[in-house]
Amino acid sequence: MKHHIVPRVIAKLFIPGIILFGLYVQFHGDYGPGGGFQAGVIIGAAMILYGLIYGLNDLKKVAPSNIIISLIAFGFLLYAGVGIVTQILGANFLEYGVLGHTQKEGQHIGIILVELGVGITVASVMVIIFYMFAGRKN
Amino acid sequence: MLSQLPALQVVIPLIAAPLCVILRNKEISCLVSQAVSIVSFLISLILLQQVLNQNVISYALGGWLAPIGIEYRLDILNTFILVIVSGISSIVTIYSKKSIEHEIDSEKIYLFYTGYLLMFSGLLGMSITGDAFNVFVFIEISSLSSYAMIAMGKDRRAVSASFTYLVMGTVGATFFLIGVGLMYAMTGTLNMADLAERLPKVYETKAILVSFAFISIGILLKLALFPLHLWLPNAYTYAPSVVSAFLSATATKVAIYLLIRFGYTVFGSDFVFIKYPTAEILASLAIVAIIVCSLVAIFQTNIKRLLAFSSLAQVGYIILGISLNNLNGLTAAIVHIFNHAISKGALFLAMGCIALVIGSVKIKDMEGLGKKMPFTAFAIVIGGLSLIGVPLTAGFISKWYIILGALDKGWWVLAILLLLTSLLALVYVWRIIEAMYFRSSENVYKINEAPISMLIPMYVLVIMTIYFGIETSFSAGLASEAAKFLIGT
Repeated sequence: MKHHIVPRVIAKLFIPGIILFGLYVQFHGDYGPGGGFQAGVIIGAAMILYGLIYGLNDLKKVAPSNIIISLIAFGFLLYAGVGIVTQILGANFLEYGVLGHTQKEGQHIGIILVELGVGITVASVMVIIFYMFAGRKN
Repeated sequence: MLSQLPALQVVIPLIAAPLCVILRNKEISCLVSQAVSIVSFLISLILLQQVLNQNVISYALGGWLAPIGIEYRLDILNTFILVIVSGISSIVTIYSKKSIEHEIDSEKIYLFYTGYLLMFSGLLGMSITGDAFNVFVFIEISSLSSYAMIAMGKDRRAVSASFTYLVMGTVGATFFLIGVGLMYAMTGTLNMADLAERLPKVYETKAILVSFAFISIGILLKLALFPLHLWLPNAYTYAPSVVSAFLSATATKVAIYLLIRFGYTVFGSDFVFIKYPTAEILASLAIVAIIVCSLVAIFQTNIKRLLAFSSLAQVGYIILGISLNNLNGLTAAIVHIFNHAISKGALFLAMGCIALVIGSVKIKDMEGLGKKMPFTAFAIVIGGLSLIGVPLTAGFISKWYIILGALDKGWWVLAILLLLTSLLALVYVWRIIEAMYFRSSENVYKINEAPISMLIPMYVLVIMTIYFGIETSFSAGLASEAAKFLIGT
C-alpha cells in the first residue's frame, strides 16, 4: 500500500490522533468510561494500521517482536507487582488504599498503575497477533 | 506474613510465568519453575497446618470483604487439593529437565515453562477460590495454557489432539459460565458460601435446575467422565510426557474437586442427591466408564494411551464414590484423588523415562525392558499394582473405602462388580508386565537406564504409592476429615 498516496497520507494524519486518543482513554480510565483494555486495543490498532500501510518490515523496525513479547510480560508483571507492593506495605493483595497517603489517593494510584499494565499487555498482544497472521507466508 | 499466604499460593507461580518470558533462558526458567513449585508446596503445607487448627481461612482479595469481593476460602478439602497439586508439581518439575530437553525444541523450552507455570497457578486458583466466577477465570487460565503445552508434543497429532481438547474444553468452560450466570441471575451473588445460603430459597425454580445441569455437564467435560471423555486419550497420548504426568495427576483431579465443591457446598447434597436423581445418573455413567474404558485399555498398543484409558476408568471410581453420597464413599473419592495422582503420576513419569531412552512407548518396543531398565520397569510394576488395587499399595485403600461405601448404601451388587472390574485392570497391567519381563527382546541395540535426575522424582512417587498403602493417617485421614466437613457430621 506504500505506493498509494491517499492511504499513506491519511494514515500519517490519523495515526498520531489514534494514539493520542488511546492515551486519553488510558488515563481517563479511573474517572470515566475507558481503561487499559480499550486503550490497549486502540493503540494496538494504530500500530496495525501503520503495519498495513507501510508493510510488516517497517512496523517491525518500530516495534521489534522481541521487545513486544517482553512488553506483554512486563505489563502483566506491573499488574501483579502492584499487588505484591500492597502486600509488602501490609495490606491484602491488590488492596490499593495503602499506596497513597489517603485511601482515595491510594486507590487512584493503584488503578492507574494496574490499568497501565493492562494497556501495555493488550496493545502488545494485538501487535503480536498481527505479526503472527501477517508473517505466515514467510 | 502468614495471613498473606493464600494470595501468595496463586500469585507466586503467576508472577514467575512472565518472568520466564522476559528472561528467555531455558536453564533459568526450569530452575524458576522448580523453585516456585517447591515454595508453593511449602506454602500449601503451612496452609494445611493452619486449616487443621482453625477450620476455615478466608482471604479478601483487594481488601473487598466476602460476599462482594473475591474471597479465597480454604477448608480442609481444597487445602488437601492444593497440597496434591503443588506436591506433584514439585516432583514433575524436578523430573522435567532432561525429558523436556529431549521432547521440545530448545528455543521453545522457556515458553513451555511459562505455560506450565500459568497452568499450575490456574489449577491452584481453581482450588483455592471461594468465588464461582473466579473459578471460571482460573479454569480458562489453566485450560488455555494446557492446550498450548499439549500442542508442543513431538508427534504432529499433538496439534489435532490439542485442538479437540480446545473445542471440548471451551464448551465445558462455557457451560460452566452459563450455569454460574443463571445462579447469579437468581440469587445476585457469586460467592460460594453466600450462594449456599441463598440458593435454598430458589430451589424450586427451573433456572436453578438448568444452572445445575449446565455447571455439572461443564465440569464433567473437564474431568472427562464417560461419555464426555473423547478429548482425553489423544491429549494424554501425544502431549510431552511431563505434561501427561502433570495433567493426569492434577488437572482432572481439580475438576473433580469442583464437582464435589459445587455438589456438596454450593448446591448442597439435599438438592443434588435427594431432590434430583443425580446419584443414579452419575453412578451409572461411572460404572460404564469403569468397564468400557478398562476394556478399551486392554486393547491398546501404545502404553500412554493405555494409561489414558485407565485414567478414565479411575475417574469413574472417583465419581462413583461421590455419587454414593455417604461418608465412606466421599472419603474414597477424595483419597483416590490423592492415590491416583501419585500412582498415575509415577506411571506417566516412567513412560517419560522410556520415551527418552528408547524413543517409543509402544508395547512391542518394551519387550525385555525388565532387564535393560530395571528401575523404570519396577516403578511401572508398583504403579500398575496400585491401579489394580493390590493390598499394600495406595490403590487398595481407595478401593477399600469405595466398597465400604457401596455396602453402607446397600448396593452390594455394586461392591461385587467393583471387585470384578479390578480384574480388568489386572489384564491391562499384566500386558505391560508380560512384555517387560517375560518376553525377550529382539532388539540388539544397547540401552541404558534413564538418568538419575529422572529416576529419583519418579521413585519419590513410587515410594509414596507404597507408603500410603500402609500408613494412611495422612491420606485417608485427611480425606475422611474433609468428607465429614462436607457432609456436616
